[in-house]
Amino acid sequence: MAALPERNPEPIPIHEHAINNLRYIRETMERAAPFTAVPGWGGVAMGGIALIAGFLARKAPTGRPWMEIWLVAAALALLAGAVTMWHKSRSAGTPLWSAAGRRFAMSFAPAIVSGTLLTVAFAELDHWHIMPGMWLLLYGSAITAGGTFSVPVVPAMGACFIALGGVALFQPGWGDLLMIAGFGALHIIFGFVIARRYGG
Amino acid sequence: MAKQNSLRAEPSPETPPAAPQKQAVDNLDRVIHERIRLGVVSALAVNPSLTFTELKHLLDVTDGNLSVHSRKLEEAGYIECNKSFEGRVPKTAYRLTKPGRQALERYLAHMEALINVTRAGSAPK
Repeated sequence: MAALPERNPEPIPIHEHAINNLRYIRETMERAAPFTAVPGWGGVAMGGIALIAGFLARKAPTGRPWMEIWLVAAALALLAGAVTMWHKSRSAGTPLWSAAGRRFAMSFAPAIVSGTLLTVAFAELDHWHIMPGMWLLLYGSAITAGGTFSVPVVPAMGACFIALGGVALFQPGWGDLLMIAGFGALHIIFGFVIARRYGG
Repeated sequence: MAKQNSLRAEPSPETPPAAPQKQAVDNLDRVIHERIRLGVVSALAVNPSLTFTELKHLLDVTDGNLSVHSRKLEEAGYIECNKSFEGRVPKTAYRLTKPGRQALERYLAHMEALINVTRAGSAPK
């Protein structure tokens, strides 16, 4: 049926249709694109890093060494996330720095930058006990904001982080356990879901 | 100048349009020319795979519409369909095939050519 030649094409303003079609393709792609931005296996790797960090942090004395373990883990996890994100977008044949990628980065970054500055400030004041709650809350905010442009499972993960952060603020003694539950378990669980359902 | 060109290039039902334009229209891939099918192919071009539900929400179409059009794309070999169960809920995932991606690239080239032909007015053959 598709092979039948069109006998009498209608007199349509062809170039307007063509422009319209191109715009439609571009808009559809832009709306669909964020799905590729979130790396599922990257999340699993980040979770693994957090589990190791949590194990080490629980043994470390509260204070700067304890904080440094988590900060090194965060840097490694950031690297793992960035590499898998790059790999996933490349295998899907889409540029990472697309409109979708920019939107994701622009909504993800502010909470992370704020978290970094607050960490420096709280470290000066020796407020170690507040850090797990703050990190979980701000990371959750970053994920929820970035996830607005992604599949619903991403903001859902962000909300879980915020919930754990809320608990951590008022139960400082559970800090490391909640960090393990958040940065470890949540990343691994949601990472698997994203990887299975959204291709990698 | 533009007016002159548009006058000369203006097609009427009796007289066929300028040769390059007519050729471009004749070669148009009718399978993905349709709006919903074009949307499905475009969305799948930037995703490794999408489920029926995701496509439905993304393109804002009804179940019936989407299933009719996705079947047409499947028949043309442009997309692949993978049916599975998630618990007890049936899940249909679609993926763009290589011919499907090539068809989209051809279609994009076509649209560009159509625009170029019109912009150039009476373009050289």
